[in-house]
Amino acid sequence: MFSFILKRLAVAIPTLLLLIIISFLLMHAAPGGPFTQERALPPQVLANLEAKYGLDQPLWRQLASYVWGIVAHFDFGPSFIYKDRTVNEIIAQGFPVTLTYGTVSFVIAIIVGIGLGVAAAIRHNSWLDYLAVGISIGAQVLPNFVMAPLLLLTFTWWLRWLPGGGWEHGQWEYMVMPVIALSTSYMASIARLTRASMLEVLTSNHIRTARAKGLPEHKVILRHALKPALLPVLSYLGPAFVAMVTGSVVVDFFFSTGGIGRSFVDSALNRDYAVMLGITILVGALTILFNLIVDILYGWIDPKIRY
Amino acid sequence: MMNKLLLTTVLSVGLALPAVAAQVQPGETLAENQEYTYWLLDAIKSMDPQINTDTEGSGVLRALFEGLYNEDQVGGLVPGVALSHDLSEDKTVYTFHLRDNAKWSNGDPVTAGDFVYAWKRLADPKTASEYAWYMELMQVKNASKIIAGEAPVDDLGVKAIDDHTLEVTIEAPLPYFPKMLTHASVFPVNQKAIEAGGDKWTEPGNLVGNGAYILKEHVLGEKVVMERNPMYWDDEHTILTKVTALTINDENAALTRYLAGELDRTQIPAGQYPRLKEEYPDQAISVPQSCSYIYMFNVDKAKGPAALQDVRVRKALSYAIDRDIIVNNILQGGQAPSYNWTHAATEGFKLPEIDYAKWTQEERTAKAKELLAEAGFGPDNPLKLTLNYNTSEAHKKIAIAVQQFWKGVGVDLTLNNMEWKVHTDKMQNQDFEVARYAWCGDYNEASTYLDLFTSYSGHNNGKFLSERYDELMKESKTAADPNPMYTEAEQILADEMPMAPIYQYTKVEMVKPDMRGLGLNNLMQNWYLKDMYRVAN
Amino acid sequence: MVIDATRMKDLGDRLAEGEVKGRSLWADARRRFFRNKAAVGGLVTLALVTLLALFGDSLAQWSNEEIDFTIMGQAAQLGQPSLENGHYFGTDDLGRDLYSRTLQGTRISLMVGIVGSFIAVVVGTLYGAISGYVGGRTDQIMMRIVDILLAVPFMFVVILLLVMFGRSLFMLFFGIGLMSWLNMARIVRGQTLSLKHKEYVEAAQATGVPTFTIILRHIVPNLVGIVAVYATLLVPEMILTESFISFLGLGVQEPLTSLGALISEGAKTIYYGTTWQLLWPLAFFVATLFSFFFVGDGLRDALDPKDR
Repeated sequence: MFSFILKRLAVAIPTLLLLIIISFLLMHAAPGGPFTQERALPPQVLANLEAKYGLDQPLWRQLASYVWGIVAHFDFGPSFIYKDRTVNEIIAQGFPVTLTYGTVSFVIAIIVGIGLGVAAAIRHNSWLDYLAVGISIGAQVLPNFVMAPLLLLTFTWWLRWLPGGGWEHGQWEYMVMPVIALSTSYMASIARLTRASMLEVLTSNHIRTARAKGLPEHKVILRHALKPALLPVLSYLGPAFVAMVTGSVVVDFFFSTGGIGRSFVDSALNRDYAVMLGITILVGALTILFNLIVDILYGWIDPKIRY
Repeated sequence: MMNKLLLTTVLSVGLALPAVAAQVQPGETLAENQEYTYWLLDAIKSMDPQINTDTEGSGVLRALFEGLYNEDQVGGLVPGVALSHDLSEDKTVYTFHLRDNAKWSNGDPVTAGDFVYAWKRLADPKTASEYAWYMELMQVKNASKIIAGEAPVDDLGVKAIDDHTLEVTIEAPLPYFPKMLTHASVFPVNQKAIEAGGDKWTEPGNLVGNGAYILKEHVLGEKVVMERNPMYWDDEHTILTKVTALTINDENAALTRYLAGELDRTQIPAGQYPRLKEEYPDQAISVPQSCSYIYMFNVDKAKGPAALQDVRVRKALSYAIDRDIIVNNILQGGQAPSYNWTHAATEGFKLPEIDYAKWTQEERTAKAKELLAEAGFGPDNPLKLTLNYNTSEAHKKIAIAVQQFWKGVGVDLTLNNMEWKVHTDKMQNQDFEVARYAWCGDYNEASTYLDLFTSYSGHNNGKFLSERYDELMKESKTAADPNPMYTEAEQILADEMPMAPIYQYTKVEMVKPDMRGLGLNNLMQNWYLKDMYRVAN
Repeated sequence: MVIDATRMKDLGDRLAEGEVKGRSLWADARRRFFRNKAAVGGLVTLALVTLLALFGDSLAQWSNEEIDFTIMGQAAQLGQPSLENGHYFGTDDLGRDLYSRTLQGTRISLMVGIVGSFIAVVVGTLYGAISGYVGGRTDQIMMRIVDILLAVPFMFVVILLLVMFGRSLFMLFFGIGLMSWLNMARIVRGQTLSLKHKEYVEAAQATGVPTFTIILRHIVPNLVGIVAVYATLLVPEMILTESFISFLGLGVQEPLTSLGALISEGAKTIYYGTTWQLLWPLAFFVATLFSFFFVGDGLRDALDPKDR
């Protein structure tokens, strides 16, 4: 187990390095740079800027000194666009926000999704089942960029219940709409997955045996059915988590939450090289970490799996 | 001999009235609540006057800092830190007399030395300011050499005679020099605060300013919060107590939040003005703004398409655009259809007689077909062109409409939408055929527009070349009255048509009816928070 | 959006066994598929949407790029769906016919979905089959590469690609295809491992058939079942991805459009009462995605009936 984790972490380093190189090269291949502006800068001014940010160096050296900065000082460099700030500061400000509403969304999606899925499976072919299936299919294909303006229209403009955006250090009323917009489609997917695999498990032999032994139904479900039924859900969580980070772009866009999702797209469009690389690395590292956690959990639930 | 000079009549009025701050009109009562919240499309990129590059940032900087002069409600100059100035006989040495009661938010007096420090900082290659060229544009002595690293920073033509007297030497007379002093990049900064704060000097708590407000909070992508600066020399006439700027990337979401009462001022998305005007007549406003929207033709001999070398083709393309439809049916915000380059409301500017401006659209379209036929294009040999435009809902709509207009005269237009940086990069490398372009005036004078089409301009992306035009623009710099030259230059643009003018901007906004002092009639749309206040209804 | 990995694996196991039984598997599957109401419903809907997308233009009175100047700028008042002026689905803000735009958008979205999943299938199948069949060190290295690539946040790379090389349909296909062959490769590899030791493969090896020919002739054809299921489920995922890219403004060039682009435009103007601009394209979008889900799930259940 321990050596498995170590092995995975060892793979993480070349992965991240590869990610840095791909993103770095793609970025520099793009037309325009951080200082390309509607009003072309006089060559001399541009030269001064490039000298200040080291963009006059050969590419390989820029890459090397960037990587060295991270390894030696955990310094991701300065932002080329938000010149008052460093990448570390931008991430330190935006990431906790994304992490907060992301985690809340994730937890809600898992709890409600599994609950809904299990309920639907137990009451198979009842109105509850149809309702759950209906909701989950509908919610699954409704893009969150459709959901966000609808929420805004309903809760802010029409009902006037919730503020239309901002973060205010994570007060709950600022979090409601981002969390709904972000979690709904994952909740739906999880519910669908849980229901399907629960139905399968409930007809399997070991459940029949458990019932035959006269165990009360709730114990059958909690002790014997739930764990195996959650396996497909677990393997879905890794990709779902990454997709949520991507989805946070939409949340930041509509609700001004100030998370890193928006910063990523902005930095790509602004050619803010360092910010973009910083966020790419962060998301890459999170993805690796998350896949690892899922794999460990997998082994815990399904002892048949060996590392 | 120096001759004492009053800037403009407006300035002298300003001097007569000490209250250059919020001017509450007789009969108005102030509201209890003097907080104000407005909309920002994007996060503020920098709070450093010498680093900032965009208009949104400048708005905040005008609250946190104060330059030599400010603008009043209609854009005239009024005293800021400087009370007045003298101009030498040869019109190249300006001597500014600073007020002695101006203070930094840390209590230090604002001195001429602070301006010297800031201006040198702007020009210094070490600062690497993107607006360093503004020093060149102002023609401050030795600015170009310093930026190029060929002269030491201390050679800049600016010096402090004493704490309250600032002397600026420029290389050649520049009639609109004082107008350029309201720009944020030439605001003073506090050397002590910058040296103490280092890279972090613009953070709330560290930032020391001389404006009417101080920075309380700055959360990237969320908001900027400012409160009154008790050290400001005119704090007793400042009224708004707390100002919040909210970043909202989606203008439709911003409008929703305005309607829900969360904002006091926001932009109206293209096409929504008529409906809102009907529903909220006292809140929807549309006022001229000094920007001009065009489609630029690439007439570069080597890189441009051959067809655009022909002036008949360029004219035909320009004639075929139905500007009335664009302003009335797409933008719908009171924008003016445009047949020339300079914004028509620019101070002192007189439009030439432009023939096609007076024709009906049928006449224009007929003429366009005729010219294209003369140039050898027709149904069997259609003209094929590509239009580049950057991603934006309004640009897209206009491009789609123009595609249809040009289709009507037999031109086959391909639309090429790209993101901002790519668009700009391609334009600056003459890698385009027709491209969307817009220019906003830096100051309220026609040369800010017309300089762009000189052969020596860094922004003449279509590489238009006219010797007479260059001559006129050079002469205008030293002329007593440059306006006839500007008019002639515009005539050349109409005859040669290096671009198709489309429309001139208005600022189309929703503003809460109790807000006053927004400077809406200032063509440059430079507003000052210290002039604003809310009235009780 | 979700493809149930566990069930895909079960399906794989089942299909590997099924090979022995030969043709009856497919006959059984077809029978089971057509007994599944949701799947048949999905198939019918899909056929209808496709037919409408391909031939619906002949009913249109306006092309997808023509501007109706009598409506332009007054879409909220005059642009609602109407039979009289020929705008069955209403118009967009510029006065362009939403009916023909929706059909054209559906064509693009279907194309993105199908081409994207086709790329994923071709690359993934070949990669997985080679890796699994050749085995040993090659297999290890090839799968390690997949592991590494799976950790790359691909949506970000797609955004980068579109920003860097400009938007084009090709880049869109390429980027989207790039994202999704990895899981396909994994599943196919697993499947190949179990096929590898079947008699007919060993027979081919014994008679000296070249490796690549074995992969193409004997391995790949036996992967059809699992690949078909996966591809069907991948299509809606591609369409969703494209819609997100369109939301970011990096989608196809005007006057072309996609369902994603239409929806994102419609959603932004939902505040102004032009609900039809959102609802029509959204209806097509939802119908298409549902159908693919149902068909995909139906196919899987048909091929892998469990104990139902």
